[in-house]
Amino acid sequence: MKAFTQTRVWYPFIGPFDPCPPIRVKTYSTPPQLFLGFQPPQLPQNSLPEALRQGTLWPALYSPYEPQP
Amino acid sequence: MSKGKSVQQHKSGKTEQATVSPRYYELLQQLQETDFALVELTLYLDTHPHDLKALEQFNQLSQIRQQQAARFEQEFGPLLGFGHSFSRYPWQWAEAPWPWQV
Amino acid sequence: MWVYEKKLQYPVRVSKCDPRMAKYLIEQYGGADGELAAALRYLNQRYTIPDKVIGLLTDIGTEEFAHLEMIATMVYKLTKDATVEQLKEAGLGDHYANHDRALFYNNAAGVPWTAAYIQAKGDPIADLYEDIAAEEKARATYQWLIDMTDDVDLQDSLKFLREREVVHSQRFREAVEILKMERDRKQIF
Repeated sequence: MKAFTQTRVWYPFIGPFDPCPPIRVKTYSTPPQLFLGFQPPQLPQNSLPEALRQGTLWPALYSPYEPQP
Repeated sequence: MSKGKSVQQHKSGKTEQATVSPRYYELLQQLQETDFALVELTLYLDTHPHDLKALEQFNQLSQIRQQQAARFEQEFGPLLGFGHSFSRYPWQWAEAPWPWQV
Repeated sequence: MWVYEKKLQYPVRVSKCDPRMAKYLIEQYGGADGELAAALRYLNQRYTIPDKVIGLLTDIGTEEFAHLEMIATMVYKLTKDATVEQLKEAGLGDHYANHDRALFYNNAAGVPWTAAYIQAKGDPIADLYEDIAAEEKARATYQWLIDMTDDVDLQDSLKFLREREVVHSQRFREAVEILKMERDRKQIF
């Protein structure tokens, strides 16, 4: 649905003496408010039950987040 | 105690496991849904005061929330303090359950 | 003035007795980027900010108190029936010694809340940028809290609160745009 994804990845430097097994890929959130600009009028809306569930009336502002291990 | 309330309290003051009727949650959820849209539209209108469509939607939902709140209060007591809701006898406002208890 | 409404903004369900999670959640109660700090920050800044954005600060500040009540509800449910032994095991022995099971405005490490967490610079752009940063930091905190529990019901409420940070950040960003407009230019949306 969205043209952009809400996470970015980066590849941390792995030092020769790092004591823990390296996490090779790290991610961070880039939610919609970073891109939307001044919200245009009449954006499509969620139904009221769906709005409460998502935490926003507008799908354009919805930012899903799943727990990271 | 209002007739809709189903939290049982013994005369001794000991509280049994409270049973809150499914209808309490049902009516509450409907109101939470409407009120949430009103919160969203409020913040939106704060930065978009000239969006007439959003304003009309706000006013419509405001009317619907009044009806939903009245229905909830009829069965489960006042939602708002300081005289913004009516109370039956005896004074219902200070009765449990409070929001964090249900 | 404010009028109390006897309901939560969003249902809070907790399905697992987990006092350790209460210890972590208190970060959003009395921590630097928590809901108390947020509410007090916005409601205080509004006295010295241009009229055009006072309404927004008032409304977001008020909503933050609803979020504070949701966090309190989570902590209350997670600790209400925990035994002293369970609280000690959960790292809440220090808390119990001072507060029993009472909530207290401190962060996850037990540091009491301080007004130094919030800023009011009097410069509208500086203040709104602080507010945007505060929302992003609170969003991040909710992410880490979601990561730390496997209780899907608790995660559900925390996801709602995280999303609210996104929306608040959006509105504060719009407030900055409003203040960037020249005074006499007609606003067209």
